[in-house]
Amino acid sequence: MSATEITLMIAGMALINLAIRWPVYLFADHVRFPPLVERALAFVPVAVLTAIIVPATLYPDADQGIQLSYMNPYLVGAVVAAVVSWKWKKLMPTILIGMAVFFVTRWMVGV
Amino acid sequence: MSDLSKNSPTTVGSEFARGLAATFPLMVSAIPFGVIFGTLATNAGLSPLAVMSMSVFVFSGSAQFIAILLLGTGSALGVIWLATLILNLRHLLYAATLVDHVRHLSQTWRFGLAAMLTDETFAVMERRYREEGGGPNAHWYYLASCLGMYLNWQFWTYIGIVLGTEFPEVKNWGLEFAMIVTFTGIVVPALRSAPFWAAAVVAGVVATLGNFLPYKLGLMLGALAGILVGLGLQEWKRRKTGIAGETA
Repeated sequence: MSATEITLMIAGMALINLAIRWPVYLFADHVRFPPLVERALAFVPVAVLTAIIVPATLYPDADQGIQLSYMNPYLVGAVVAAVVSWKWKKLMPTILIGMAVFFVTRWMVGV
Repeated sequence: MSDLSKNSPTTVGSEFARGLAATFPLMVSAIPFGVIFGTLATNAGLSPLAVMSMSVFVFSGSAQFIAILLLGTGSALGVIWLATLILNLRHLLYAATLVDHVRHLSQTWRFGLAAMLTDETFAVMERRYREEGGGPNAHWYYLASCLGMYLNWQFWTYIGIVLGTEFPEVKNWGLEFAMIVTFTGIVVPALRSAPFWAAAVVAGVVATLGNFLPYKLGLMLGALAGILVGLGLQEWKRRKTGIAGETA
């Protein structure tokens, strides 16, 4: 891509992001969601974030199939992180222990 | 006493400090993500100025990664824009979830808080409003979370550009796992009843089955399916207990 196209790409992406994030707040005075929609929105964080992490954990390599195995460091790290999070409900230990388990598993598997 | 402890943390300074503290772990886990982005983008042939501009103006990790990926496959501009749109539609849901708490603010505030709304800040704010409610200065908590994530992202993008020029192999270290583990740490404590478990399981299964779809459409389908099933189960439980309450 030429420099002009790169500039266009970035400008377009920035505008699209703003067009997604801003309107609800901009028109907040006129936007009222029905109670049912508000109850639905409570499920947004859990549903969206799980939809991001599960495929990323099971398909760590874009060019390979599903890796449902203890040899998959992403899966091992994520499962341990989930257990740590369930037990202590603290973010920092979850991140640190999860990362540590991931790197140790990766080193042992020898990828 | 309980009134005092309820009112004391609502000054501008303490809200800002607490917002920053609540966001800090997420800033730490965004470090590898920012570094890898800077490295990948530099190795994809973008100039340092272009890479930095992406972080400054787009400020969306997932969209920035997809753009680099698509650039590598020689995709057209329209494809990259479409991917950005589909991938980030979730931010519309985030804004809809939080809008009740920003409605009273000026348009300038609303613009800033919307432009810097990310997965991480959304998670921090959703929890804060759920656990403590609003408050006269809650928007400073929100702003601190935004600024923390924003400046952190710029700094580590820059480090990634520098590292990417020196050590191009950084991108093979598996640092993107930090995102998975962070989101796990946000989701698990939020599984507070059967409907939330159902939403997570359905979202995960559908997104996995749809993983072969282009532009991360599987993500959108999974999220939608999860929300619908979770809501359906919750409404069914409400109705059941509602009827039981009437007959009792």
